[in-house]
Amino acid sequence: MSVLLFTSLVFTGSFGAGLLGALTGLGGGVVLVPLLTVVFHVDIRYAIGASLISVIATSSGAAAAYVREGFSSIRIGMFLEMATTVGAICGAFLATRMPTRALTILFGVVLLYSAWLSWQQSRHPEHSAGAGSPWSDRLRLSGSYPTETGEEISYKVDRIAGGFATMFGAGTLSGLLGIGSGAVKVLAMDQVMRIPFKVSTTTSNFMIGVTAAASAGIYLHRGYVDPGLAFPVMLGVLAGSLLGARLLVRARVSLLRVIFTLVILALGVEMILNGMKGSL
Amino acid sequence: MNRRSASNSAASGFTDRRMETTMGRLLQVGVLLASTVVLAGGILYLRAHTGHAVDYSAFAGEPAALRSPVALFHLLLAGDPVALIEAGVLLLIATPIARVVFAVVAFALERDRLYVAVSLTVLAVLLASLFYSA
Repeated sequence: MSVLLFTSLVFTGSFGAGLLGALTGLGGGVVLVPLLTVVFHVDIRYAIGASLISVIATSSGAAAAYVREGFSSIRIGMFLEMATTVGAICGAFLATRMPTRALTILFGVVLLYSAWLSWQQSRHPEHSAGAGSPWSDRLRLSGSYPTETGEEISYKVDRIAGGFATMFGAGTLSGLLGIGSGAVKVLAMDQVMRIPFKVSTTTSNFMIGVTAAASAGIYLHRGYVDPGLAFPVMLGVLAGSLLGARLLVRARVSLLRVIFTLVILALGVEMILNGMKGSL
Repeated sequence: MNRRSASNSAASGFTDRRMETTMGRLLQVGVLLASTVVLAGGILYLRAHTGHAVDYSAFAGEPAALRSPVALFHLLLAGDPVALIEAGVLLLIATPIARVVFAVVAFALERDRLYVAVSLTVLAVLLASLFYSA
């Protein structure tokens, strides 16, 4: 395939991944790597390198929009980034030592899990706030967020050690597979630490960029980031996700989510089969 | 934000909310800058390689010159399009790192020693990963 054709196709595919990722709130990274490996026959190491770069771009590009809403907590984010960055470095090291077949299968499993999470999230129940850990105030993690009527709802943070450990896992997954692993980050905050859902999702977006930056250095040293591939992927995903964020208000998200979930499911099965056959 | 940090911020005139707004803008500017550099490098790269064939199915790793900032700088001065893309990628990686640097300063302005320490820890991890080479 010629450079121009390849670049255009990869740009278009990345644009679509970014668009769907933003519209469904699942992020583009999770379909990007299977798209590059399964459709474009890119080696998974180049694919996760390019994907990780696009993850930094989208999370930083969307940051200003998230800040405006006033839900994110800079303290919770910074505190948990201690866990995600160390996890990300461990993940990146593991990625350089793991056979690519194992990486491919693991990616497939993560895709199946994402599809399942997405299915669950479409009927997400807002759980009642927990009592909060005594350390919530001591570590200054307690906070408040505004409602539509303008009043402030305060919250406390629970099970900090469990959340910290889960965040380490989210970081490892991010560094290992070149994804944002936003779903696991939200899980750690929302389910484990009992942080309100809106605070969890917006804070997660902030953390994704810093987490990805921790493994990006190692990917660069290992030669995983190919400029010719990273350039259409990064710009495509970024453009797609920015457009997706603008369309979000008008789009019929529920139908899109079902379609996207099915796509993820299919890609997950495909990657697991490919990994077993050793054809990637 | 709890009462203690609220009173601290009132004293210094710097709040978590303001910090987040500035951070959001910082990140956007960083991404815009990085994307512009990557786009410029990408266009030059396409012009230089239009007719060539491409194959990413076998992993070779990038040449050593693209893996270290110093060697990259020399290529950049020579006007290499690939080096320009890589410089944009480095700018992009620097963006969230700049956010953490800003957090260190902002928490210091809020006189929040605990979070200055937290932010410095995150910064140390990030810099260690970036400057580690083996």
